[in-house]
Amino acid sequence: MSRTAAGWRGNAARLGLMAVPVAFFAVFFAYPVAAIVARGLKAEGTWQLGRIGEVLAQSDVRQVLWFTTWQALASTALTLLIALPGAYVFARFEFPGKQVLRAVVTVPFVLPTVVVGTAFMALVGRGGLLDELWGLRLDTTVWAILLAHVFFNYAVVVRTVGGLWAQLDPRQEEAARVLGASRFAAWRTVTLPALAPAVAAAALMVFLFTFTSFGVVQILGGPTFSTLEVEIYRQTSEIFDLSTAAVLTMIQFVAVGAILALHAWTVRRRETALRLVDASVTARRPRGAGQWALLGGVVATVGVLLLLPLAVLVERSFAGAGLGYYRALTRGDGGVFLVPPIEAVGNSLQYAVAATAIAVVIGGLASVALTRRDAGRLVRGFDALLMLPLGVSAVTVGFGFLIALDEPPLDLRASWILVPLAQALVGVPFVVRTMLPVLRAVDVRLREAAAVLGASPWRAWREVDLPMVRRALLIAAGFAFAVSLGEFGATVFIARPENPTLPVAVARLLGRPGDLNYGQAMALSTILMIVCAVALLVLERLRTDRTGEF
Amino acid sequence: MSITKKVTILAVGLGLVTVSACGSSGGDDRSGGGSKTVTLVSHNSWAASEEVVAAFEKESGYKLKVLEDGDAGQAVNKAILTKDNPQGDVFFGVDNTLLSRALDNGLFQSYEVKDADSILPEYRVDGGEHRVTPVDTGDVCVNYDKEWFAERKLTPPRTFDDLTEPEYKNLLVVENASTSSPGLGFLLGTVAEYGDDGWTDYWKKLKANGVKVADGWEQAYNEEFTGSAGGKKAKADRPLVVSYASSPPAEVIYADPRPDTAPTGVAEGTCFRQVEYAGLLSNAKNPEGGKALLDFLVGKRFQEDMPLNMFVYPVREDARVPAEFTEFGPQAKDPRTMAPAKIADHRDQWVKSWTSLVLK
Repeated sequence: MSRTAAGWRGNAARLGLMAVPVAFFAVFFAYPVAAIVARGLKAEGTWQLGRIGEVLAQSDVRQVLWFTTWQALASTALTLLIALPGAYVFARFEFPGKQVLRAVVTVPFVLPTVVVGTAFMALVGRGGLLDELWGLRLDTTVWAILLAHVFFNYAVVVRTVGGLWAQLDPRQEEAARVLGASRFAAWRTVTLPALAPAVAAAALMVFLFTFTSFGVVQILGGPTFSTLEVEIYRQTSEIFDLSTAAVLTMIQFVAVGAILALHAWTVRRRETALRLVDASVTARRPRGAGQWALLGGVVATVGVLLLLPLAVLVERSFAGAGLGYYRALTRGDGGVFLVPPIEAVGNSLQYAVAATAIAVVIGGLASVALTRRDAGRLVRGFDALLMLPLGVSAVTVGFGFLIALDEPPLDLRASWILVPLAQALVGVPFVVRTMLPVLRAVDVRLREAAAVLGASPWRAWREVDLPMVRRALLIAAGFAFAVSLGEFGATVFIARPENPTLPVAVARLLGRPGDLNYGQAMALSTILMIVCAVALLVLERLRTDRTGEF
Repeated sequence: MSITKKVTILAVGLGLVTVSACGSSGGDDRSGGGSKTVTLVSHNSWAASEEVVAAFEKESGYKLKVLEDGDAGQAVNKAILTKDNPQGDVFFGVDNTLLSRALDNGLFQSYEVKDADSILPEYRVDGGEHRVTPVDTGDVCVNYDKEWFAERKLTPPRTFDDLTEPEYKNLLVVENASTSSPGLGFLLGTVAEYGDDGWTDYWKKLKANGVKVADGWEQAYNEEFTGSAGGKKAKADRPLVVSYASSPPAEVIYADPRPDTAPTGVAEGTCFRQVEYAGLLSNAKNPEGGKALLDFLVGKRFQEDMPLNMFVYPVREDARVPAEFTEFGPQAKDPRTMAPAKIADHRDQWVKSWTSLVLK
């Protein structure tokens, strides 16, 4: 009896916690997207569902769907292959410069694709590193797209998987070895099952990002490659065929929904309570030739694939002008902006802080509500639903905002808050996906023990869960911050000419001829990288200050 | 612990406050008819000097608010989507390639600007209805890298025909006509030159002569074109690019120190003229302010300020063009043009044929 009552109270509490995220997604995601799809599929008040068949019957639409899917699968596999050793190295090894390097690998994430295109060409394009060494040019091939996807998403794997890996107790694996298991067998039977949910979460996010890839495909692949996202953009922004765009959006929805369902199904069977320990005790200096070789290999990969393209941008921000481009950023007479471009730094930071706060609150509440694995079907469905914003085109959401949020009390079209809200939509999935595996790994008996000892549910959560998830929370906040710093698609619609964000300012400068504009774009991109890296380092510091509580 | 708790509570509180606060401030921005703010909706190439905007605000008594709504195509489409409840009073930035879409969808209401007679007659459209007012023009032309051609003692091309000659093989980069505004402009230029039947043959020859298609202007100009700052750093190898007639003066103005001559030139026989229009939005909340703003956009002060801000040419007969423009980038003498209605009728079909012909 009392058990049922407690269960009922637990469910009620969960529903209460979920109310805020549910309302947030209903108002700022589901409603705008539904509005724009309905606008496309309704003519004179009746639904034109026949359009779905017509669009699907076109062979080039099927071709686009096929290319979108296989390049996303290939990109995800390649990213996991290249980044999982990195996740291990960052989780388990102690080496000089580790914190800085971990912040730097996240930098690609914030860079606007126009800039990344420029940087990446220096690796795979004409006169690039591969061209110089082996006469190999990959631009306008699918390899350029796949490698750029690894460049962008490396940090997703390193941070999501590495975050959990660092907290797994290495003694369990050691125990298995003592009992006679080979090194590989110990890893496969002890560590891998524990990591599986985090690997699956990372794979899912990489897949969603690459499935909806837009700028990378256009810039590095050239105009012959096209993803669903590119087609939706063209139909909405250029051709203005909203009904075709609506059908394509629905196709993308179905595909993303299927992936989410598959993910939920595989992950649910793997999640178990884990023995989590403080990350600082699991890392140590590499021992033996094999470990040093692994560390060397990872550092070399990061150096070529991530640092080299970034270094090209930095080099171009100085080349031929010294500090001239940086000085030009502080002048307001360039004509491209009403204000000195450097002010974009402050604008970007303000938006990013607001977006991070929203994403952490919404995502945090949702994660706590979703923690219990025995929760009902409704809760599981909501879990998947939270990921959908990653699978929907920024253009669809942007246009949806415009027609859905145009009446008081929700006339937000002219309000600055729309920028952080749109950015938080992309940040929330990161918060949830980073926190949930850790929260679910917390042994439920710890909470029960706290309850038995007389702690209220809030106190039990605060004393048991919070110390364990603080690390995940900070990683999640870092992601949300980085995502919002680099977000372009939604921001470009809303940013005012007098307060552009960094990516918007870079895009504007690149949109004009002239040496000073190009140089300033490079200088501003360099500043964007530094702002991102410093912000992430500060977040890491916050964590180490409080490690005593683990 | 208590710090964490406070931070959490603060964060939740902050989130709720911002969400509720924005609800009310959003409402304040559009307080209806008697508003002293006039709102201009435009694309992200909008720019004007501070003094000129200040002069407008002082003379008219309205405060100018500008919304930039994505690139030119997006801005028009969004304005159409929101025409029953527009985001502002005046829309600026619909060009001749999209004009029919805007007019057919009833985006604008009639207003004849005060100085209508000073506008050059060739840019006036829309009969006597005055739903739109021309504001600026720009020419999409092939640009060439002077140094590259000088080093090889090769004469740069001048016409569309020249571009198919063997001495210019593998030298030209153009933009994707289906996603780029200059890319579409260049395609329309070839249709105007060779006619509805001849343009596909021309593109076949261009393709055989090694034309490269980049996705957007940024990639074509900054990555592939040898004459740009980015192209030099990226070891570009195409000395011919589709850009604007105003790109050479921009190369001079945005260089430190300024060179005596422009590093790039324009192939004058390859130009297509784009005209940008503005109009009073149907259902504008502040139509009187909107009318004042339209008068200002074709006023002499704004027209003379515009070239160095947006790199376009004025439409007023009496507007003086800055010295940099006359010296480094004169307007094309005999550009190709096309009626907006014809563009509207054939655009999608042409782009489709072009895509399968050139990209596949």
